[in-house]
Amino acid sequence: MSASSSKPPHLLWRWCAIGGAVLLLALAFAYTGGWLSPQRLTPRRIVDALQNGGGLHPGFRRNHAKGVCVAGYFDSNGAAAPYSRAQVFAEGRTPVVGRLALPGGNPYAPDGSVPIRSFALRFSLANGQQWRTGMNSMPVFPVATPQAFYEQLQAGAPDPATGKPDPKRLGAFFAANPETGAFLAWVKTAKPSASYVTESYSALDAFYFVDAKGERHAVRWQVTPEAGDAAPGPAGDDNYLAQDLRTRLASGPQRWHLKVTLAAPGDPTNDATKVWPADRTTIDAGTLVIESEQAQDSGACRDINYDPTVLPDGIEVSDDPLLAARSAAYANSYLRRTSEEAHLPGAARTDAHGTEAAR
Amino acid sequence: MKTSATFHPLARLLHWTMALLILAMLFIGVGMVTTVSTRHDWLLAIHRPLGATLLVLVIIRLAVRLRFRPPALPADMPPLMQWMAHASHWALYGLMIAMPLIGWAMLSAGGYPVMLGSSLHLPPILSASATSFAWLREAHRYLAYLLFLTILGHMGAALYHALIRRDDVFPSMTFMRRKPVHADEVPVVVVTGASLPEPTAPRPPEP
Repeated sequence: MSASSSKPPHLLWRWCAIGGAVLLLALAFAYTGGWLSPQRLTPRRIVDALQNGGGLHPGFRRNHAKGVCVAGYFDSNGAAAPYSRAQVFAEGRTPVVGRLALPGGNPYAPDGSVPIRSFALRFSLANGQQWRTGMNSMPVFPVATPQAFYEQLQAGAPDPATGKPDPKRLGAFFAANPETGAFLAWVKTAKPSASYVTESYSALDAFYFVDAKGERHAVRWQVTPEAGDAAPGPAGDDNYLAQDLRTRLASGPQRWHLKVTLAAPGDPTNDATKVWPADRTTIDAGTLVIESEQAQDSGACRDINYDPTVLPDGIEVSDDPLLAARSAAYANSYLRRTSEEAHLPGAARTDAHGTEAAR
Repeated sequence: MKTSATFHPLARLLHWTMALLILAMLFIGVGMVTTVSTRHDWLLAIHRPLGATLLVLVIIRLAVRLRFRPPALPADMPPLMQWMAHASHWALYGLMIAMPLIGWAMLSAGGYPVMLGSSLHLPPILSASATSFAWLREAHRYLAYLLFLTILGHMGAALYHALIRRDDVFPSMTFMRRKPVHADEVPVVVVTGASLPEPTAPRPPEP
């Protein structure tokens, strides 16, 4: 049977075939992993761009770095249950761990530096499933695609000479991306609010609800506040939001209503720069009640990655291209900050409290 | 020592099934973490249930491996080569078992629900901890690279046996019909778990 004692014919070709097969598989792996295509937009490049904009702050999120943990529950009234079979929409209570924050990568940014606030929520369903969502206090997202988001980050990168974004570059970006118009029109009149609690927060991206019969309904959701005393933030104080939240919670729980908007046929599900017409059916699915807050370096929200694609049975991602990019980039940011927390070799150093060390 | 000339048919079936699935898994894994396209979502949706499937398969495979003795390596293989063959096989077993467990533990430590489908999910096997998550996530990455390199070496060695040495090693894992040396040594007995005598006498050492 064996011919190993005799030299096989075409020995060189045989070695070439072996080497070639191994090399081909290795190259295919390298290609898939992006090592052969440095132009590919990867989660790492997006998070690098965020880090470039906000500075390196070990242990912190690379975006929405400044924030506060909150906890409470969602009381569903059952009104959304005909559209989604998710347990969270059946009548009843679901515990929530959330996070109120400012966009941007700087955990020391003044609260008045940006007119946007964000609200992330994790609903822990009794059946072990979870629903995570990250919402912002604006009606539309500036851009529709991950590529445009990356270009916006690059255009807004601090100029090494001034340490501030170059208005000319940003202007050129907005001019070249007319889909940013709706956001720009909104942001022109938006004022930094004095409170997290008086804001409405929208998921911006579209999703599908899946009902008990398996039918899909395109939706967007937002939470709208019960508090009606919205006011612009005070001048001369950089950290008023956390104090305002503490004060309000000391006098009682804070409430929002979860509003689910149903798309009509033809409403775009893949474009977060476009609002749906105001006459679309909106369901009040229940009340979000926030009872307590904790500092983000020790609170329950610290180690949660609010990946908006972590969804329970009954909610699915839409064809919005931002969702996959958010999931991928959040995962990269989460690995960076947990690696820093764990003092992994090669990770940026944090001090014992999880805040940045002097560099 | 009495051993079969070929691997048990179940072992061969598991080998080639898992070879395809593990390669797919490695490509899915390295692809899904380096793209921001919608591929990220569906690759991730495949990665978790496929990992759970591979964990079940490797447990069955380990049992088959321990129950049915694999064919001995050719006696004329140099000792170092024999040692590398054994070491790489146990490394492959170790990595095949470790990778899905680390993936599961890593998601548990990260506080993620371990979803295998839209509603099917596994319980956490570790309590939530950012530190554990970071270590496990990096272990998952680097052990995946190591698994891929070991597979490359394994494939190169298999082809070396098939094309250069042309010994019994490669046919012992394939389903190709082999020309038996003696008609009464067709390796069918393995199904019963019994074994055949070594089909060939020890060969003279390589020139």
